[in-house]
Amino acid sequence: MAPSPSPASIALNRFGLGARPDDVPPGDPKRWLLDQFDRYDPRPPAFAALPDGTQLAAEYFADQMALAEARKQAKAAANDPKQDAATLAARKDVNAGVREAYRAATNARMASALATETPFVERLVHFWANHFALSADKPQVTIFAGAYEMEAIRPHVLGRFEDMLLAVERHPAMLYYLDQFRSVGPDSRAGLRAAQLRPDRPLGLNENLAREIMELHTLGVRTGYAQADVTEFARALTGWSIGGKGPGAGPGGDKDDGALGRFQFRPNIHEPGTRTILGKAYSEEGEGQAKAVLHRLATSPATAKHVSTKLARHFVADDPPPALVDRMTAAFLKHDGDLTAVYRVLIAAPESWAAVPTKFKSPWEWTVSSMRGLGRRDLGQTDIAPMQNQLGQPVWRPGSPAGYDDIAATWASPDALMRRVELAQRFASTAGDRIDARALAPKLMPAAVSPATTTALAQAESGATALALLLVSPEFQRR
Amino acid sequence: MSDHHHLPRRDLLKFAALGGAMLVAPRMALAAVETDSRFVFIIQRGAADGLNIVIPYADPDYAKLRGALAIDPARATKLDGQFALHPALVQAAAMYGQKQAIFVHATASPYRDRSHFDGQNVLETGGTAPYAVRDGWLNRLVGLLPKARDEAIAFAPTVPPALRGPAEVASYAPSALPQPTDDLLLRVGRLYQADPQLHPLWEAAREARGMAADENAGRAPADLGKLAASFLSRPDGPRIAMLETGGWDTHTGQDFRLTAQLKALDQMLAALRDGLGDTWSKTVVVVATEFGRTAAANGTGGTDHGTGSAAMLFGGGLKGGRVIADWPGLAQAQLYQQRDLNATTGLDSVIAGLAAEAFGIEPDRVRRTLFAQAPASRPLEGLLQRA
Repeated sequence: MAPSPSPASIALNRFGLGARPDDVPPGDPKRWLLDQFDRYDPRPPAFAALPDGTQLAAEYFADQMALAEARKQAKAAANDPKQDAATLAARKDVNAGVREAYRAATNARMASALATETPFVERLVHFWANHFALSADKPQVTIFAGAYEMEAIRPHVLGRFEDMLLAVERHPAMLYYLDQFRSVGPDSRAGLRAAQLRPDRPLGLNENLAREIMELHTLGVRTGYAQADVTEFARALTGWSIGGKGPGAGPGGDKDDGALGRFQFRPNIHEPGTRTILGKAYSEEGEGQAKAVLHRLATSPATAKHVSTKLARHFVADDPPPALVDRMTAAFLKHDGDLTAVYRVLIAAPESWAAVPTKFKSPWEWTVSSMRGLGRRDLGQTDIAPMQNQLGQPVWRPGSPAGYDDIAATWASPDALMRRVELAQRFASTAGDRIDARALAPKLMPAAVSPATTTALAQAESGATALALLLVSPEFQRR
Repeated sequence: MSDHHHLPRRDLLKFAALGGAMLVAPRMALAAVETDSRFVFIIQRGAADGLNIVIPYADPDYAKLRGALAIDPARATKLDGQFALHPALVQAAAMYGQKQAIFVHATASPYRDRSHFDGQNVLETGGTAPYAVRDGWLNRLVGLLPKARDEAIAFAPTVPPALRGPAEVASYAPSALPQPTDDLLLRVGRLYQADPQLHPLWEAAREARGMAADENAGRAPADLGKLAASFLSRPDGPRIAMLETGGWDTHTGQDFRLTAQLKALDQMLAALRDGLGDTWSKTVVVVATEFGRTAAANGTGGTDHGTGSAAMLFGGGLKGGRVIADWPGLAQAQLYQQRDLNATTGLDSVIAGLAAEAFGIEPDRVRRTLFAQAPASRPLEGLLQRA
């Protein structure tokens, strides 16, 4: 049996990202967490070094234009535009650009997690990026994934929920991911014209974003909205699109405001008229209509409860204590969705400090804590994306807008466990001769290492084996 | 928690410790054979568009509703006077021709809303409402079989909800990470011995690694089918398997994406059939999704979340070559909420019927165990030749 983890160990591991060998265990664990709010840097150096969304869009669109041009020329020369050498080269450029943007951004995410001096807030970034999940399954989303977390999530994790919600739903990555940018009101100017010109192929609504906002981002599923509310919300959202002509630009023939790869409201595709959603009429014109709906959703009690439940599940237990969720919900509503007010309740709660490891680490959490535990401050030659693929939790690629699950049943599986052992062996093979696992264990988990693990580390046949065992020990698998 | 201790399967661990591909120990081959059948569940996550997979070309409303998304029946494989199969399903069409495939149309789980995650939960738990049942129907099916061996495996890095529950199951997916040393494997096993959660997981992992014929199999869909076959074709291998496919949520660009998805599924099925060899005649495969998509195309070259869809059954012993459909029609008034294909056949009756015949268990017992909450629908009958 492992001894009960100390409050210091809980602060470092359950709330933080795992201790580093030279961390001094916090004497006042609650204060240590709260103080991070003042020190948080929403623009960590590793992300600041990356191109922003506008630059990424410019590069991506330029590559796409080159590809379109190459195809055109191949066609003119009576070549097969699919096989033509120039086309192939241009397509390669597009793919390489997407791959490189993803590689750089996933590495920046891990580098930030290793270097951060505010690991609790950094964990909150990971939490919120997963709450407002996008899945980098199509190139337009893949290229923006890092910029999305940087621009829509990081600035708002200590702010108001509504501000984060707005930033998320207006970010091109989300508008691409949930197909919003092409959604056209059937009675909008562009919709009516298209129906006249091409009756066989009318433009129209796409309700994907509207549904997932209600189901996943705000109210939560089964909270009383109906199909009609989803469709009406989808109508209100028409016009929320992306700036820039060329491939990937929204339809509708609006004058482009030049904000390439940025949110642009396109009045020509906005469905005119008043919308009724959840019993309330929205008579706002244009862009403000969906904003008004989002305001209502962001401040709804169902949203407060949904968000509080997920936070409590992430930090406290797979089945979060209802009394704690109620207190967090009340704080959310009382403070207009000020997230730090909700976090304060979480930190103050006795339930959060239960002296048993309540959570099984996800692959991402396990990798971050392993690398931090080995004293890594930067990535060196390591690429994070393939590593997380192997562990079964690719970065920003949960495969669905619900994001990754946050319960042990998802991650504690036979093959997943084997992969951690394989990776632990690889980590240890490069560090085993300079780190003594026996001395490291109590530093990473102050007063929380079991006699069985201590014995196993002492009896290991080599330093590397001891280190690998530490990283996969029952105590280290949990937080 | 699972009661894994009495299972004789642990003998395999000795051999698994060798790592990689290995010979079957003679006494494993002599293990009592209680059932010879194999049952494979392939889930299509994301709500697959049944209307463009098994195309109701004779329904006059189909082409109208689908517009540019409608599939020209001249391009598709005619199944009968009413339905045609998507042209990307080449091998599936061949199986249909050999009477090894059945398509069930206008089918759905009891779920009637439009959330992927709730829909998948109902599909996988076998409940009637999301999160009302905690374990999965495929796990409960394991519980109906004689406990002779490792009965079930998920070909995924984590165990999907349909296979979660009291019966212990394995999971396996090819890994590109370096093999751990035998010494490390042994020590990890010792370290987990007293941990009620990690100990059974670890034993299952060791065993699964021992069975994989090709450690280095890639991630192509055909590889997954081949990998599954390498487990299922072993005399001492699992009887039940689950494979996951994602990417069916086609809100935009559906034509291209659905074609690619179906091609991959087709290759996976063919690789499974080919890899199983003689065992194919004792194998049944069910392919199903959480719900279908809107009958009409949306405004962006795709379809939104709908209700009724199509399920596909395959297997060497199937009484196949037919489409089972109590066709509700696609006229506006015939649609569910004037929007989706109405589901007229319960997926639970399809699955219960298939499982009952495959394993020779009384159909109503299977239905009650797998789908206790569902209204007492009759399991489908006569799906297999020998039944």
